[in-house]
Amino acid sequence: MDILNALVAFLNFVFIPGLAYGAQLALGALGVTLIYGILRFSNFAHGDTMAFGTMVTILLTWAFQSVGIGLGPLPTALLALPFGIAATAAFVLGTDRVVYRFYRRQKATPTMVVIVSLGVMFVMNGIVRLIIGVDDQNFADGARFLVNPQEFRTATGLAEPLAIKTTQAVTVVTAVVVVAFLFWFLQKTRTGKSMRAFSDNEDLALLSGINPDRVVAVTWILAAGIATIAGVLYGLDKTFKPFTYFQLLLPIFAAAIVGGLGSPLGAITGGFVIAFSEVMLTNAWKKIVNHLLPQDMQVDSLLQLLSTDYKFAVSFTILIIVLLFMPTGLFKGKSL
Amino acid sequence: MNSRNLLLFGAVAGLYVLTGIGESWNLSLSILNVALLATIAALGVNMQWGYAGLFSTGVMGFTALGALSVVLITAQPNVENWQAGGSGIVLALVLGAASVAAAVVAWGLMPKGRLRALVVAAILIGGFFLFRAIFDPAVSAVEAVNPQFAGNLGGLGLPSLVAWPVGGLLAAAAAWAIGKTALGLRSDYLAIATLGIAEIIVAVIKNEDWLARGVKNVTQLPRPWPVPLEIELQKEPGFLDFVASWGWDPIFTSTILVKLLYAGLFLIVLCIIIWAFERALNSPWGRMMRAIRDNEVSAAAMGKDVTRRHLQVFILGSAVIGFAGAMAASMEGTLTPGSYQPLRFTFLIWVMVIVGGSGNNWGTVLGGLLIGWLYFAVEFLGPNAMAAVTSSLPDGWLKAHLVNSAEHMRLLTLGVILLIVLRFSPRGLIPEK
Repeated sequence: MDILNALVAFLNFVFIPGLAYGAQLALGALGVTLIYGILRFSNFAHGDTMAFGTMVTILLTWAFQSVGIGLGPLPTALLALPFGIAATAAFVLGTDRVVYRFYRRQKATPTMVVIVSLGVMFVMNGIVRLIIGVDDQNFADGARFLVNPQEFRTATGLAEPLAIKTTQAVTVVTAVVVVAFLFWFLQKTRTGKSMRAFSDNEDLALLSGINPDRVVAVTWILAAGIATIAGVLYGLDKTFKPFTYFQLLLPIFAAAIVGGLGSPLGAITGGFVIAFSEVMLTNAWKKIVNHLLPQDMQVDSLLQLLSTDYKFAVSFTILIIVLLFMPTGLFKGKSL
Repeated sequence: MNSRNLLLFGAVAGLYVLTGIGESWNLSLSILNVALLATIAALGVNMQWGYAGLFSTGVMGFTALGALSVVLITAQPNVENWQAGGSGIVLALVLGAASVAAAVVAWGLMPKGRLRALVVAAILIGGFFLFRAIFDPAVSAVEAVNPQFAGNLGGLGLPSLVAWPVGGLLAAAAAWAIGKTALGLRSDYLAIATLGIAEIIVAVIKNEDWLARGVKNVTQLPRPWPVPLEIELQKEPGFLDFVASWGWDPIFTSTILVKLLYAGLFLIVLCIIIWAFERALNSPWGRMMRAIRDNEVSAAAMGKDVTRRHLQVFILGSAVIGFAGAMAASMEGTLTPGSYQPLRFTFLIWVMVIVGGSGNNWGTVLGGLLIGWLYFAVEFLGPNAMAAVTSSLPDGWLKAHLVNSAEHMRLLTLGVILLIVLRFSPRGLIPEK
């Protein structure tokens, strides 16, 4: 019986990775849900929007690194992030002008727009691969750890190390700031209020003199910003690879649907639900359980419920359960 | 078939002939064969999207299921691996399925409430642990036997032609399960759910070595019935005499003959499917499907069970896709799960349907052969073409980058083609009547 060590192992292998991953998914799902709420379609290009923004940020990070500009212990990518957001917002506004606006004016069916977003996904995916290639790109720099596992062990005398990577801390802090900003924007500013009105009832909003073009443009800019931030945080924490970002589409959509499409609060909740389920089901519990069990009852097997190769099956299963039992999600989104 | 359509088909045929004259007939026929298979899958997608307006992004998964069935039906059984743990795996799978069935029955029988949720959860969780307890040791035992060459259970050793309909059935079963949950809700839920199931099916084939050797690949799957191996053909006296009488090269002729036989086989399947689909489209059933697609509410008001019809058409379309996937695996003679990419196996097929003309089977065939030629010709010719374009550039980073990125240009081109067709000619090359 060693509750402290078990707790540290739990924090180290389950809670902290889950928290960081959950924050990344929540931001991704927020972007999807925002587009869904206001533009009324599921944006299949969202994963590749994240990849695009991250790519721009990576290229600028490399440029900054080569001339020696940095943020000390923090990753240089944070400095490049605003430029990445600006470039992505410009690109996304361009696709809206060239592609989506036509279908909006035509009042095309949501499925049609989804297929169109598939075409946009191809194009963005192709651009990203053309520019940066298909390989893993590591661009994290600065201090590696906020809490160093070796130092933690010597300081506390525990057998289990606790590691908090700088990128994990940055992820959580950034996510909190972004979410706070987004909610303040939607609740308090005039533009945010008009966005919510537009999402609730488009006709009524138009009747009361809200400019739809402005609402749509602000939505795209916000979505591009959140997508870029989510992509960069994910890339810093793990690694950047275009195909991985395409695959992130499934957990992100699952998160948005679990929370209820169109509900920002739901997207955040959904992100953490998906992330923690994934981490808990694919984690090998052997270490933690053995700390809790007496010496003579130690287990040998890994106690891993699901191999990490099947982590997508977790988001998929949760998605199916939600579709079966509460298709509108936890926060009563506008689905169905 | 008016003259415009004939002209379009003639132009596409011209592309293949030009490839044959300009490059080689082997290349042209290889492209034709893969394009024919993709076209058959595209007909399945056209049934789902063109007839019924269902948007599924799981083509890759159903194709992979078809390919898996080829391994399970045609590969030789690995007797030692079976003896090591085959019965355990089968028992575990049966128990797993039984616990899911028990949970469904309990959900149906018990009154609504907390007790029901608890019982169902208990059945599922208990079933999962029971499954793992039997499954894990059996899998380790199977995979431990002869891992360099086998390590899997192998198949039944039956002919390929049996495997193709089985591939269709397997895909249909998966489509039933997914359609049952995702249909009847918002239309894009099906897209998201099928995207997920496709990833999971490929992940299972990649990781379950006992099933089809995972990423170690199963090779040397037998050829379908009339198609001989080139090497055996080259030893056949009758064939050698025939070739000699015309003065042809036996090796070249044998490769061409094999490809022609495949093309003939696929054409027969394609014709049967088109015939059946055209019959279906012009029957009361086809009119009902189009009525549902064009206005679900009115169709429901006329007493049509929209969700049931959607499920039906989704299963039928997926079965055709599975059939095509099985034929593809038979032709390649291998199952390489690493090669299953959504771009190649899902989205390419979609571009074929939309460019050709959704809702029109002939349009889909035209789109399949045209886009198939573009895509696969670039695969074969692209690096050379890029090298020719960049030949005047000095050697260096930029040139290497451009030559290597020829492959990614395909993605971009497909996307642009899709967007342009959707915008300016949303009904495709041969529009629905």
